[in-house]
Amino acid sequence: MLPDLSAFGRQIDQSQALDTVDVRIKKELSDVALNTAKSKGASYADIRIGRYLNQAIITRENRVQNVASSESYGIGVRVLVNGCWGFAATNDVTKEGIAKTAEKAVAVAKANSKIGGKPIELAPQKGYGEVSWKTPIEINAFEVPIKEKVDLLLTANGAAMAGGANFVNSMILAINEQKYFASTDGSYIDQDIHRLYPNFSVTKIDPVQGGFETRAALSSPVGMGYEYLTPSESEKVQGVVTRYKNRYDILEDIKNATKNATEKLTAKSVEPGKYDLVLDPSHLWLTIHESVAHPTELDRVLGYEANFAGTSFLSLEKLKSGNFHFGSKNVNIVGDKLQKGSLGAVGYDDEGVECGKWDIIKDGVLVNFQAIRDQAHMIGLKASQGCCYAQSWQDVQFQRMPNVSLQPGKTPLSVDEMIKGVEKGVYIVGNGSFSIDQQRYNFQFGGQLFYEIKNGKIVGMLNDVAYQANTQEFWNSCVAVCDERDYRLGGAFNDGKGQPSQSNAVSHGTSTTRFNGVNVINTKRRIG
Amino acid sequence: MLLTQKEESDNHMPILNKEEAQTLLKKVLSYSKADECEISLTGREGGNIRYALNAVSTAGDISTTTLSVSSTFGKKTGTAAINEFDDASLEKVVRRSEELAQLAPENREHMPLLGPQTFAESITYNANTAAMTPESRAEMVAKSLDVTTKANLSAAGFLENATTFDAMINSKGLFAYNKAADVIFSVTTRNQEGTGSGYAARGFTDVNKLDTYSATKIAATKAAGSIGAKAIEPGKYTVILEPVAATYMMENMFRFDARFAEEGRSFLSKKGGGTRMGEKLMDDKVTIYSDPFNTELPAETWDRDGLPLEKTYWIKNGVVQNLSYSRYWADKKGVKPVPGPSNIIMEGGDTSLEDMIKSTERGILVSRLWYIRMVDPQSLLLTGLTRDGTFYIENGKIKFPVKNFRFNESPVIMLNNVEALGKPERSISVESYRSYLIPPMKIRDFTFSSLSDAV
Repeated sequence: MLPDLSAFGRQIDQSQALDTVDVRIKKELSDVALNTAKSKGASYADIRIGRYLNQAIITRENRVQNVASSESYGIGVRVLVNGCWGFAATNDVTKEGIAKTAEKAVAVAKANSKIGGKPIELAPQKGYGEVSWKTPIEINAFEVPIKEKVDLLLTANGAAMAGGANFVNSMILAINEQKYFASTDGSYIDQDIHRLYPNFSVTKIDPVQGGFETRAALSSPVGMGYEYLTPSESEKVQGVVTRYKNRYDILEDIKNATKNATEKLTAKSVEPGKYDLVLDPSHLWLTIHESVAHPTELDRVLGYEANFAGTSFLSLEKLKSGNFHFGSKNVNIVGDKLQKGSLGAVGYDDEGVECGKWDIIKDGVLVNFQAIRDQAHMIGLKASQGCCYAQSWQDVQFQRMPNVSLQPGKTPLSVDEMIKGVEKGVYIVGNGSFSIDQQRYNFQFGGQLFYEIKNGKIVGMLNDVAYQANTQEFWNSCVAVCDERDYRLGGAFNDGKGQPSQSNAVSHGTSTTRFNGVNVINTKRRIG
Repeated sequence: MLLTQKEESDNHMPILNKEEAQTLLKKVLSYSKADECEISLTGREGGNIRYALNAVSTAGDISTTTLSVSSTFGKKTGTAAINEFDDASLEKVVRRSEELAQLAPENREHMPLLGPQTFAESITYNANTAAMTPESRAEMVAKSLDVTTKANLSAAGFLENATTFDAMINSKGLFAYNKAADVIFSVTTRNQEGTGSGYAARGFTDVNKLDTYSATKIAATKAAGSIGAKAIEPGKYTVILEPVAATYMMENMFRFDARFAEEGRSFLSKKGGGTRMGEKLMDDKVTIYSDPFNTELPAETWDRDGLPLEKTYWIKNGVVQNLSYSRYWADKKGVKPVPGPSNIIMEGGDTSLEDMIKSTERGILVSRLWYIRMVDPQSLLLTGLTRDGTFYIENGKIKFPVKNFRFNESPVIMLNNVEALGKPERSISVESYRSYLIPPMKIRDFTFSSLSDAV
């Protein structure tokens, strides 16, 4: 699920955001939790001390709607007692508060263990001692003055209004997760994780017809610092509309967006039918997220998400068969928790496992899932794949997807060359509406921009486009993936799963990819 | 350096009563030197338990308290918050909000704070729910598992309770307080082969009304009934939506914002300008309103702007009756502010679910919908899927379970096609977990666009 972005935490000022908590204090506090849990009967315990900073600059047209810097600081203790998990969290970060919370976690585990069930089996994990990891950023977004961010957004909004937009909303969201993890395995892991998301939406109204169109930014949320907002010509992808790699030019994109929103008002409404689709990475990342990354989550495959996010059309049997053709031979999918610039990149996951990279689909065949410590044994793994994550200190950690990406084609192929080969197709840029069933068979996706391809050429803009497909049929219709020159990351801050629902930040990389014979529907309706 | 280690705990605050909250807030307000100051205090204590494959998977117990101060000089506002409650920390948070206000850009839409208001006492608190413990949660889950283990089904479920309080004071003399308790429960039951699935969801203010055993029984019946689903052609069908399905379908429609409509970017915008207030947009049978004093679905009696929340009709007999106006937009338009919905209640009819089925020549009974997303905000066209029990009706009888459908439909179009309504039931959205009071409904010409193999 991709729910709306939610605000969290309490308001703080900017200078406060640059404070950090001394690692010696965190170690001492951690030992209180671990020792208390052990003394109360826990066979395993971990503690996460989290300080989550969140700064949002939100504007519309020529005014600032909100400048909010918030902090959420607290601890979460997880314990294993009688083979059952217990968890408790508090914002009372004192030795006394932590000890009480550890006791509470043990009480929760004991209450639940009376229900019975198979005892939890944890994959062995060595302790790393005292280690640390930091997102490799060039500019800390929290050190950039608020005025600079406000000025950038208001300048961008001004460009949109000058170009004829009726409304424009824009924002910069910066996140810093200062996470400290300690466990009875002997790990004390200090991590400093940074993420950034600039975004906007331009609206153009047609008052006569009573209609309106919007165009959102072609930016991506990134695991980077403020350097992402420093434009660079070498990071631009030219074409029918400019797209961006590791640097984003908001002023250029918002001007293009304003033109696009105006064009959309009069664009031709699509004729429903079968089309070959050419999908830009700014669009395809979401299709990968929903139809590949989610069904290969092991907790879904096993049934742990049955009550909310759902299960999966994949199974342990399909994996074990070694010949389940998820997609065509062009489809190579990897799970990767290390990829530079990605949202999912961390040194260690939220149960103290050092992260890595692995194949999930190789030459079209399903070869692996995504697992954590208490699941590894279920697919014959001796160690976790490091996919454990909690959205904050007050939420329990559980299996979340890593960056899941489609590998670029090995044969040289540019986007222009790909389009030249299409007789009747639609080229889709940017992500729009999205929906998929609870086992990930049937999906429907919209987009931001749709271009009609006829006989190898883009002939104009289309509107009211959405495509529907079955996951396995769709990925088996993948006939070509452009090479690594076109490879880009897309992603989301708000990948939702679990109860209570938690958001995970994750990226998905791909080059432009072609799928043949996909069902396109027309989404235009009138009310009243 | 703010984040230092302390030897003794002074952070943890219990759920404060009205007098305790007011005393604390008055003390904080006494530190203020700003033109205007508004302080809010919130607290939450609660726990959850989650189970899958007939065993507990995760469970937690969480408590948080936060105090937030907004100081305003002219039209410049700064906000700061803290979760430490000693006098020095309380004064510090006020000073910090004042410093931030001086640095903030001017908000041209800032409205002066409201003076004292009269708020009726809400009925949102329940002592039984507030008294829940890890043990009582585990017992309720054990009752649910009793059903599924005996029926050889696999259960995945979630139970969560929370006790919360919200209090607010401002320098113009306004004070407001509310205490609430709530519990939600949902369960999905599946057979071992994964060919049948059923669901039930419940939400209550009073936990004594929650019967996890009988809710799980209903889910188990749906699971058994959905085995062996047949594929039938998608297209336009008469549908009977159970409340949990209707709730999720309509949730995207409950945005009655006047500003958005007047700006021309809402389904309530009028062609050529203005809003559709006073226009008949839906069937006569459709009446939707908010009422904080509904005993089944109580809500707070004041909103964040300090405005009293009262019974408000949004749609009455199909006609758009009210739109919400923020204080700024109301002032600009010269009308009275109208707070947004405190809760949503849809009036029902007297047709039972059984009678709806009996009167259906050819149709589909929908138990639950899933992954609904906006396709077109102008027409409110939504897409999503059926899930956990979809049944074909012919000549007044349920004939057989059918494979799930994807739909592309607008709730506005749907509410023009109402054939019959049943008795409203409290139901929770399967995505937002918000509670609503919505009747089961029979709808003609509902658009299914494709089939799904998902169970």
